[in-house]
Amino acid sequence: MTQTLAPEAPVVGPVVVAPRNWKGAIVMAVVAQITLAFALTTGSVEVFFSWNDTGQPAVIPATVVDAQLICLVLAVIAELCAVAAFVFVGMRRKAPLILTFVVAFTFLIALVASVAAGSQSGNIPVVFLLTGTIGLSTAVIFGSLAGVLGERVGVTNIAIEGQLLGGAFTSAVVASVTDSLILGLVAGMVTGALLSMVLAGFSIKYLVDQVIVGVVLVALMIGLTNFFYSAALSGNSEELNFPGTLPFLPIPLLSDIPVIGPVLFDQRPTTYAMFILVPAVWFFLFKTRWGLRIRALGEHPLAADTVGINVNRWRFWTVTVAGLIAGLGGAALTLGSIGPFVREMSAGQGFIALACVILGRWNPFLAASAALLFGFSRNFRIWAGQAGSTIPPDLIAMTPYLVTLIAVAVLVGRAVAPKAVGRPYVKE
Amino acid sequence: MSAPVLEPLPVDAEVDPAARKRPTAREVLSDIASGGPLRILLAVFLSLVVGSLLIVFTNEDVLDTLGYFGARPTDFFGAAGKAIGEAYAALFRGAVFNYRADSFEAAIRPLTESLRFAGPLIAAGLGIALSFRVGMFNIGGQGQMLMGAAFAGFAAANLSLPWGLHLLVAMAFGFIGAGLWAGIVGLLKAFTGAHEVIVTIMLNYIAVSLITYLMRTPVLHDMDSGNNPTARAPQPTAQLPTILGQDFSLHLGFLLCIAAVFVFWWLMERSKLGFRLRMVGLNPDAARTAGVNVKAVFIVAMVLSGLFVGLAGINQALGRTGTFGPSIDAGIGFDAITVALLGGSRAFGVLFAGLLFGAMKAAGPSMQVQDVAPEVLVVMQGLIVLFVAAPPLVRSIFRFLPEPRVVVRTSAPKRSLRATAAEAPATQAPVAQVDTAQGDGAGDSTATAKKESPL
Repeated sequence: MTQTLAPEAPVVGPVVVAPRNWKGAIVMAVVAQITLAFALTTGSVEVFFSWNDTGQPAVIPATVVDAQLICLVLAVIAELCAVAAFVFVGMRRKAPLILTFVVAFTFLIALVASVAAGSQSGNIPVVFLLTGTIGLSTAVIFGSLAGVLGERVGVTNIAIEGQLLGGAFTSAVVASVTDSLILGLVAGMVTGALLSMVLAGFSIKYLVDQVIVGVVLVALMIGLTNFFYSAALSGNSEELNFPGTLPFLPIPLLSDIPVIGPVLFDQRPTTYAMFILVPAVWFFLFKTRWGLRIRALGEHPLAADTVGINVNRWRFWTVTVAGLIAGLGGAALTLGSIGPFVREMSAGQGFIALACVILGRWNPFLAASAALLFGFSRNFRIWAGQAGSTIPPDLIAMTPYLVTLIAVAVLVGRAVAPKAVGRPYVKE
Repeated sequence: MSAPVLEPLPVDAEVDPAARKRPTAREVLSDIASGGPLRILLAVFLSLVVGSLLIVFTNEDVLDTLGYFGARPTDFFGAAGKAIGEAYAALFRGAVFNYRADSFEAAIRPLTESLRFAGPLIAAGLGIALSFRVGMFNIGGQGQMLMGAAFAGFAAANLSLPWGLHLLVAMAFGFIGAGLWAGIVGLLKAFTGAHEVIVTIMLNYIAVSLITYLMRTPVLHDMDSGNNPTARAPQPTAQLPTILGQDFSLHLGFLLCIAAVFVFWWLMERSKLGFRLRMVGLNPDAARTAGVNVKAVFIVAMVLSGLFVGLAGINQALGRTGTFGPSIDAGIGFDAITVALLGGSRAFGVLFAGLLFGAMKAAGPSMQVQDVAPEVLVVMQGLIVLFVAAPPLVRSIFRFLPEPRVVVRTSAPKRSLRATAAEAPATQAPVAQVDTAQGDGAGDSTATAKKESPL
């Protein structure tokens, strides 16, 4: 850089030295030590990885391994990854993302194995753990996709929580009244979009701070859904709050594959929609002209305006489309899961989605991975409770939030958020 | 409303395009603050209208008359009027004065209940307001309240101290808990740049899990009293005494919350520290240039914010005779955000907003008796804040409202004027002109700067 600016100046030594960033490697090393601690504290007990869906005939026999041995192997892998990360940083290069994933996976498997070792049966229901993870993270993934779209175009959407709640409510009610699950889905999506329009309208037209509108919208949706729930739904749940659920649609052949089949190819339409939307949003954002425009609007709206993009109109409609996705996430909570609406059933998942957006560095795939981590921990808590784990369930519940906090503070820190996020654009 | 809220209307978006550039949270908040009582009244009125619609169209009798609306529309209006009238009468009886009661004590009990509910809302609202004025969003009221309540509850149940001293020590514990919890946010923001919205939301969840865990262990829990997570009841020496005799449950906590309003006012409007806090809120870059340690201000501001929120937690934990569970915060941490917004982040604005929302909370059971779902009040609270937050919206609904005052602006745009105000208070001549234009903005700091010596 110095050379281009002042070619006549003699350059001594290396021109640009990238700073070493040890934070990621240190965190990986810490996680690897915890994995090692699992290995050292777990007794030498046999555990069974059962690969079959509950109630299905056994296709593959359960794998029997020694809990201590597998924890030890995983810990060694984790340690190697951590060392590799240090080497990369030492060479002033960025450690590949795959190392982080491997360390995280080894940690999770070692955790599961050590809990199973402490339980009566020593059984690890792999399919249950995976399907539960996907089921519990569906809404969060939809929400985080909406969040990624919103923040990429420059609008902070705190109201995702309200959109999930509103989508869940209207989809359940409309599906019950019209007896059509499709109409219910549409109604949920429209609700999400309408809330997005309110958010976008207030923040773009009236220039109200986006965080304020978002928080108020969440409060408003909690109040509205609670009000209608106790004023109308609770006394008349047969007619108004009994939508049924979307059917499981097993994909022929693929759903017969062991483990992967029941986890990925025997799901409800909302889950399939999620599988499609994550890569679709990624492709849209990073591989299409529209996506480029959206990202430009989030980074430098003035530049986008200069080349003739109508900033506020694009922001309005992008956020509205994001609202459709968030509303679908709400419908996934009711129609795609348990059916009827329950008071405050989103239970903070919209806020978690927001954290996943940051944790996932505004990338749909990474945000979805972060959401899966939350889903896994919620599911793990259920399973650990059943398996009779000695780890207090409250502390398990706390872990993903703690991980997010550490990740946001240590790893992401001054993350490369879209530069203009949260700021309304006003033409000079 | 109080004096600071009665500031002149700000230059509005449509009037001055230059002023529309990138309003910060602080500017928006000052816009809300300077809304004037008329607009707040109209916002309350609008929310009452929407609330009435909700009440009417969920009322069984009214819906019955809709079936033959074409034949006898008067029935519908009669039933609708009756439903609305009964609902708001119940609101009045539940929040202010129960004219159906037998004795005077019973009749004014609703009023004291409203005050009791308002206390923690005011205290927590002040905490959130403080963070707003430093340009930060403290969404972590829930976690800070829980920490305050748990620490105070721990000291109140486990220590044995004489009357008076015990209460003070328990309160000190509560302040330490809440202040430390909030301080984490400030530290992370100052040193890692983590966004406080995410950090506070995560800390809320962590606090809930942590306190629930501790409420299952001997640290907070009486192990002989079942498996549900609860904290031991505070000892009588550490309970906040009632102030209106045994008939009313209003306790000393309310007076402490009122005192907090004055502390907040003095801190923010009169103290040197408050001046720095506001400087950072107005323009952190200018504050840095003027020699303010912005990072330190972030940390101090979050701790102070946590102290006010912690008072709400202390009020909840010590203002009772029985045990308490992890839901001790009762949603106050989140409601406090709306209180702070409605109160324009001003001491007395928050006081009135807290009283209003406290009254609405107290009226819930009475509305329930009248067969109106009390959640309609939550909707109305949200709507009030939404309407107050968007002045042009209210103005477009009520066309008769005066257009915002137009001020001829001759010099540089807003932001640089602000910088001038913060950096060089001595050069008042060109800045003072803008006072009326910006309501709270630069005018505020300039006005203060005139009285105080610069930093």
